[in-house]
Amino acid sequence: MKNYKAKIYITLRENILDVQGKAVEHALHSLEFNNFSDVRIGKYVELIVLAQNDGQAEEMVKSACDKLIANPIIEDYTVEIIE
Amino acid sequence: MKYGVIVFPGSNCDRDALFAASLMGNTAEFIWHKDTSIPSDIDSIIIPGGFSYGDYLRCGAISRFSNIMKEVIKFADSGKPVIGICNGFQILTEANLLPGALLRNKSISFICKDVYLKVNEDNTPFTNTLEKDSVIKIPIAHGEGNYFADDNTIKSLQDNNQIVFQYSDVDGKITDEANPNGSMLNIAGITNKNKNVLGMMPHPERYSDNILGCDDGLNVFKSITNFINSN
Repeated sequence: MKNYKAKIYITLRENILDVQGKAVEHALHSLEFNNFSDVRIGKYVELIVLAQNDGQAEEMVKSACDKLIANPIIEDYTVEIIE
Repeated sequence: MKYGVIVFPGSNCDRDALFAASLMGNTAEFIWHKDTSIPSDIDSIIIPGGFSYGDYLRCGAISRFSNIMKEVIKFADSGKPVIGICNGFQILTEANLLPGALLRNKSISFICKDVYLKVNEDNTPFTNTLEKDSVIKIPIAHGEGNYFADDNTIKSLQDNNQIVFQYSDVDGKITDEANPNGSMLNIAGITNKNKNVLGMMPHPERYSDNILGCDDGLNVFKSITNFINSN
């Protein structure tokens, strides 16, 4: 068994209006960052998971994401596993 | 009849809910979230508003795994009435007792004001003393009340008459102007298919006595009482 670090990125699903992202985008434009678009605000979760290998670590983290860390009705997530 | 009001760390409308539930000769008691059973004399459960667990991760996401929620799910599955108000609605969606989710308000602001609700259904345990298509005034106070569900879920809510309350104008017209938070179809409150679980963002307990400015909210508690006493 080995400790793996998991980095989890959670964002609102693409078909859902991200009102925070929109507000930040407007603010960026008012600062004349006119080349910026499609701002999405999300959450970042980091944790250590004890697992046999990176595949198992990823499986365990994804299961935790589906049950608690993300809400699949409104959110998408990606998981990165690092040794 | 007797109500049980669930208390989480961070609940802040529990006393108001207890007050409203105790009117009309009923009794009510608090049930701590760490408890592992619901007393057998409880007829209806109220999950009150507030900021349970500081809204950490997502509103209601942590509370949903409290000891007592396992019991609330069993209680609901047995057909007894459960009402979740504001944060209680968020907890019920996280617990999958109700479909959909509550997103950040479209305006991003926390909104605290009176709104009008159109009563779409009068044959539920929560609205049987109200008239279908009537309009009631109830306060809202939330930052995440923007109801969202996928298209299939919305269709099934409509097909099964589960959309009990919609934000409307004073005449009962469902307009964008009357929608305070961006909710799909102006949804303010829904039930499960079985109609014994209601989630609503507005606070009926805050308008449960005229001394508070209005008693339109009392009808929700009257209806539950009526339902219990006639079953």
